[in-house]
Amino acid sequence: MSLRRPYRRSMAGWWRKNPYFVEYMIHEGTALCVAAYALILLAGLLALARGEAAWDQWLTLLRSTPSLLLHGLLLLGFLYHSWTWFHIMPRTLPPIRLGGERLSAATISNAGLIAALLASVLVWGLAMRLAS
Amino acid sequence: MSQVKVKPRTIRIEVLRYRPEQEQAPVLQAFEVPFTDDMSVLQGLQYIKDELDGTLSYRWSCRMAICGSCGMMINGVPKLACSIFLRDLYPGTLRIEALAHFPIERDLVVVMDDFMTKLSLIKPYIIPKEVRTLSQGEYLQTPQQLARYEQLSSCINCLLCYAACPQFGLNSDFIGPAAMALVQRYKLDSRDAGSAQRMPLVYAEEGVFNCTAVGYCSEVCPKDVDPANAVNINKTESAKDYFLRFLQPKGAQA
Repeated sequence: MSLRRPYRRSMAGWWRKNPYFVEYMIHEGTALCVAAYALILLAGLLALARGEAAWDQWLTLLRSTPSLLLHGLLLLGFLYHSWTWFHIMPRTLPPIRLGGERLSAATISNAGLIAALLASVLVWGLAMRLAS
Repeated sequence: MSQVKVKPRTIRIEVLRYRPEQEQAPVLQAFEVPFTDDMSVLQGLQYIKDELDGTLSYRWSCRMAICGSCGMMINGVPKLACSIFLRDLYPGTLRIEALAHFPIERDLVVVMDDFMTKLSLIKPYIIPKEVRTLSQGEYLQTPQQLARYEQLSSCINCLLCYAACPQFGLNSDFIGPAAMALVQRYKLDSRDAGSAQRMPLVYAEEGVFNCTAVGYCSEVCPKDVDPANAVNINKTESAKDYFLRFLQPKGAQA
């Protein structure tokens, strides 16, 4: 008879045991902000399809204080999500070589962040033009 | 030159003990360990075994971060015990536990059969395109060809990446970071032609898609292998393999 009795430890609460995992859960959690904003936009689209009255009502709702607060929170979530997204990007891309040298992780992350910033400015400018 | 006398300091080390004949579940045991500036955590354990409690079990061999035997949780972080100094953890209590996510055999020794099975499954050796005889000479490779996989070949099978991977902890069927890094290592080797045999493991449910890109495996890797990268590149490869087959004429794939 074997006297071996390997002990399996529980995984309960695993993500609270290491600050790295806590941060992981937070940055994955901010994806919910992205999903929430997609739902807000979808509601707007449905309101538009239902006619002018529904559309105006949706716009009024957007201008309310709770909605502005929610938008502020969602924006913070978006910013953090983008930051961490581009931070992990070098781990997910195949090695990129430029002139024999492997592109550094920092270069990839920074290029992504700059691209996101440019895209945001472009969309902002477009929205401002349409609004004026 | 006169010798400088250094008075050793003392650090409190808590070790997670598990003696299956004696305990139902692991318990912490504390030791007061005198140390000098040149002592690693591994040497702290050796002091305990030699001077305080000879029943303590742990794996070790080379003492220089090459063999990969002394992986353990040091203050909750997977590390090689030989590669971290006690002086850097002083003052304060140091807690040492067996590598996370593996069953504990005894004290700091884990059961690594699961990894050994996975390691043999991925065939971690060169499967040559053509078998050459000695008279045909060696398999030549340029420095550029070597550079493609060299980083991945540094893996020492220390299992720190598995202890860092919550997905492996939650589902041990996941093939895991080191095995996947080795698959990638042979895939990128110009002398190897075994990918067709290995890839089904990568594309299976227990393969790359169990990974949720936590990335901690690459953070803890003592050899900078970057297993997270190896796993995630193969997610794209797997998706490409899946979708491209619809575009190919029947029978085009080997």
